[in-house]
Order: sequence, then structure tokens, then C-alpha cells
Amino acid sequence: MKAQVTVTLKSGILDPQGKAIEGALKSLGVDGIASVRQGKVFDIEIADGDRAGIEAKLREAAEKLLANTVIENYRIQING
Amino acid sequence: MKAAVIVFPGINRERDMARTLKLVSGREPAMVWHADTALPAGTDIVVLPGGFSYGDYLRCGAIAARAPVMGAVRAFAAKGGLVLGVCNGFQILCEAGLLPGVLMRNARLKFVCRDVYLRVERSDTPFTRGYDAGQVICVPTAHGEGNYVADTDTIARLEGEGRVVFRYTAPDGALAPEWSFNGATNAIAGIVNARGNVLGMMPHPENHVETALGPTDGRGLFQGLEEYLDRAA
Repeated sequence: MKAQVTVTLKSGILDPQGKAIEGALKSLGVDGIASVRQGKVFDIEIADGDRAGIEAKLREAAEKLLANTVIENYRIQING
Repeated sequence: MKAAVIVFPGINRERDMARTLKLVSGREPAMVWHADTALPAGTDIVVLPGGFSYGDYLRCGAIAARAPVMGAVRAFAAKGGLVLGVCNGFQILCEAGLLPGVLMRNARLKFVCRDVYLRVERSDTPFTRGYDAGQVICVPTAHGEGNYVADTDTIARLEGEGRVVFRYTAPDGALAPEWSFNGATNAIAGIVNARGNVLGMMPHPENHVETALGPTDGRGLFQGLEEYLDRAA
């Protein structure tokens, strides 16, 4: 089974990298973009287990390591 | 001083730190590998040096903060043992939850490697007793992610409890945005935990301790620690 954990900066946390990307897009002439925030996506393959167990495991992974919950939110998506 | 310097893969300032600890205390520190699960008997201070543990993968200090040795460091700190984290060491302490907040990418996205000025905010901690409160010291800094961020409640608590011990200032000690080069909240360069036994700071006092290499303003931190631990022993 495949899953994705997406980690994004909480709103209100300054994201200088996102700002730089936003500026680069503007200078490339890609208009109509109001703002950019950079995050991370983790593609994870799960060995086995039921859906509830997998979700609990991924939550543990996100809380313990993948996200720093002081500044980041995370979202879990289980595919298939 | 019976120091233990923790060695994580990817750090590069552990020998500078060991050299300074030896210079000031006359005693060679123990170098403790990250995969160890215990500190040497009699350790009275743990030092997390600077560098790029695990190549800064995931987030600076994130993986080192979960290394096997950190259980022993955590237990040592919980008993009141002194823990000093410099640069990547500060990032590791934040990621480990031993200090609040997080070090984010510098506001102007640049890695900054140069001498900076720090105002010592208080002299009544084991780490700063070698200085006077309000004294300005010149020490080198070298980091790309030293922009200290925490939620407003945490910042208010740190300030209210006097836990900001070093702040980036102009050479005369005045707060000025151009001297707080990394965008850190309230120009915070170093903080202690609530108990005052864990210090994290971004600049490198261990690199300004010998006249042959320039100013020696960093020496006060280690001299103060040595006297404090010598008195306690």
C-alpha cells in the first residue's frame, strides 16, 4: 500500500524559500501567482496492516520525525 | 571539567570544541559517538558541537535529535547536568525538545560566515558567569539556518523569565536590524531552558579563545564553566 505525508509550514511562519521562489516565478513572467509556500512530500510504501493501523503508524512517523509541529502541519493520504 | 563532546556523522566543529575545552580546563574531553547509549561516568558537561549532522537532511538537527545517545543526554539534562549546544548543537537541542522553538532559514537566505557581536544579557548562569551582564562580545558565526522562531507565547515566556542570554547587537550593544543578520525573533542568539542548565547558541565562542587567532571573547564562556564545575566538584 502506498501513502503520502505532506508537510507544510503553518500559516504565519515566514517562509523565505517560498518568497524567493515566488520572486523567481515573477521574474520568469509567470503571472497571476499571489504567493508561494514551500513544503515537503514523503512517498511511503507500507509493508502491511489494516487502514486504521497504517494511519496510526503514519501519524506517529509524522509526529516523531517527519514534521516539526512547532512550525509545521502535516497531512496523511493513504492510496489504494 | 569532565566534558563529553557528542559526535554525530556530518558535524565538523567537534575538534575545535575539544581543543578549546582542553585549552581551558587542561583536560581532554571524551568524544562520544552518536550510537552510544551512555555517557562516560563522571561527565559533568555535555557539548553538542556545530556542523551539519546528517547533511542537514529533513531539517537541521532533526535526525541527530533522535540518535541513540540523545536518550542519555536527555536523562543527564533532566538531572540538572549542564548541556551546551553550539550552532548545529543548538538546532539539535531544539529538535530534541530540550529547548523551545526552532532555527529556520536565515531571513535573507544567505549562509553567513563572519564575526558578530553578542550582548550578554545576564551573568548569573553557569554559562555566562565569566562575563558581565550587558557586556558585548565578538565571536564568529557560520550558519544558514539560525533564524530563531517560536510562537508568541514562547517568546513572551523566554523574555519574561530572562532566558534569552545572548542577543545580536551592534558593537556598542545597541539593538539594530542590520546587526541581527539572520532575522531571529528579538535578535535572539542564545537561550537557556527553564532550569537554566541547557544553553543553545548559534555563534561559535569556541573559535575565539586564542590570541593567535584574533579576539579571545569566547574564552569567558568556557572559563566560567570551568570555574563553576571546579567549585561544584
